[in-house]
Amino acid sequence: MQLRTLVWREIFERKNQLATSFLAILLGITAIVAIKNITFYSEKAVSRELDALGANILVLPKSATVQDYYSADMQDETFPEAYVTQLSTSDLKGLDNLSPKLSVPVTLQGRKFTLTGILPKSEFQAKAMWEGAGIFTRPEEGCGEIADMPDVFKPPVKETLVRKRVIDDLGPEEALVGADVGQLLKIAEGDYLDLLGQTFKVSAVLPQTGTVDDSRVFAHLHTVQEMTDQGAVINAIEIVGCCQEISAGLVQKINKLLPDAKVVTVTQVVDTQVKTNQMMASLSTVFLVIIVLVGGASIANYMYANVFERRREIGTLMALGAGSSVILRMFLLKGLLLGLVGGIGGYILGTVFAVTFGPRLAGIAVMPMPVLVLWAVGLSVGIALVASCLPARNAARLDPCATFQEI
Amino acid sequence: MLRMEGVSKSYNHRASAVTALRDANVQMDRGDYVSIVGPSGSGKSTLLLMLGGMLSPTGGRVIVDGASLYDMTPNQRAAFRKKNIGFVFQTFNLVPYLTAVENVQIPLFLAGKDEATQRDQANRLLERVGLSDRLDHKPSELSVGQQQRVALARVLANDPAVILADEPTGNLDPETSKQVIDFLDELNKEGRTIVMVTHDPRAAERAKSTLRLVEGTVLNGKAEPSLIAHG
Repeated sequence: MQLRTLVWREIFERKNQLATSFLAILLGITAIVAIKNITFYSEKAVSRELDALGANILVLPKSATVQDYYSADMQDETFPEAYVTQLSTSDLKGLDNLSPKLSVPVTLQGRKFTLTGILPKSEFQAKAMWEGAGIFTRPEEGCGEIADMPDVFKPPVKETLVRKRVIDDLGPEEALVGADVGQLLKIAEGDYLDLLGQTFKVSAVLPQTGTVDDSRVFAHLHTVQEMTDQGAVINAIEIVGCCQEISAGLVQKINKLLPDAKVVTVTQVVDTQVKTNQMMASLSTVFLVIIVLVGGASIANYMYANVFERRREIGTLMALGAGSSVILRMFLLKGLLLGLVGGIGGYILGTVFAVTFGPRLAGIAVMPMPVLVLWAVGLSVGIALVASCLPARNAARLDPCATFQEI
Repeated sequence: MLRMEGVSKSYNHRASAVTALRDANVQMDRGDYVSIVGPSGSGKSTLLLMLGGMLSPTGGRVIVDGASLYDMTPNQRAAFRKKNIGFVFQTFNLVPYLTAVENVQIPLFLAGKDEATQRDQANRLLERVGLSDRLDHKPSELSVGQQQRVALARVLANDPAVILADEPTGNLDPETSKQVIDFLDELNKEGRTIVMVTHDPRAAERAKSTLRLVEGTVLNGKAEPSLIAHG
């Protein structure tokens, strides 16, 4: 006979009475674990998406509407290319990469595509005043830092275009072809294309990205400007902005600098996903409050009832020589077991729920998160112990003469 | 060994004061066998509880082996009971979800004995009360007589010098009552002090002395050299 034998046997003897409070804590923990698990992977998906987007600020014509981030540059309106100079020569901090673009519709072999003029990195480096602004000098990590690391200037390969929104070199008569364009028109590197009456040599077929870039053809910005007779204009500047500076009001500063342009952040574009994550986080907090209140109250209520029901038994134990600490430990151990089983059970159920329904609810793949078991058990045990404290103390202070009838 | 000096107990019941015990002076020596008799509500159980350190008196002192019980803290009294006092209850007070052997193990567990010793000792005690074939039966699977025998075995677990029995035959048939009384006789012959509250005249007669209570006052009963009672 050990204290745990006494507790364990009692739990199984009166398991029906325990069921309600056990269910309260089990379901509460299940809900929190499921929400936390799905939220984690949803946030991860958003950050992956943000990472894939590369640029996180868009400068567009004032009247532009933003439905889809990737096609946001498909605007009829334009603005002067000089905005790029204004930005790169400004004292704004956190502008880590600028990519001016001019997109126009083109027809190739009877199919409609988009020709996008981009400015290669070499153009920026050729302009001393732009280079002086520190554009392209930021290493991939360490926001806002300017480093002299030798590999910083290592020319990026063409495949990084989509992610980094910049390419090292692009000749006036060279073109890059999106994966879908290449596949549909059976175009390979080294082929020639006829676009708006001008011939381009395909210097690369870009890998599949899953975005509208796959159905685009890229050429030098200035070539596209000449071909369309629009002069030195663009209809979008993509900016890789430092996250900290964005938080510190970079967008507002750009707006102030370029009052005739519209500046949007990518968070506005992926707003729905961000809002979903925020909603999940709020839901998690709501469930946390509910579990603490309902689960805690349910356990406390059960424990009080249990102490009342077991007065005779407690008195008998006291008559047999049990001190108050034995009685206290007996009820706290019960609370601990309840919390432990509720926490582990809640983790398992919550994880199964998240893995099963996560893809349907949030459209993302969800994997089990072992770290949540500590969180679930800690929370569950904490609630159960706190809720058991007062009833256990009352039991330990019970008048032992309650064992006798005739008083 | 057991002494009550001017002990009284009163409490409030629905705004009126009730005196359960009035200025009781009692002395019992080691090896005594005392029955406490009296009508219902006369304070018998109150007196028994006070002797066992379970109910604080309103006034007076309860001395056991020279130590004043109610000058001790509740935990010290619990430790004292564990070593020296065994309780037998009218309703047996067995823990319903434990088996017979586990019920007997409780005092041994409280005394800090290891599980093997607990089990071994509990088996021997149940064998002594004739229940070696009911070790793993729960109280609900035992007859009332068997339940009381389990309770008696549990009382003996820590080898107490004093056994306090509250109506030990109150719920039993005559045959089982006789077995229990015989058993208490046997324990007294072993040198243990027995104090028994009872309504059963046959059980009371088996005691060496009788203490009579009427409305909270101890009267002179069957006078014995070992018992001095003042009402």
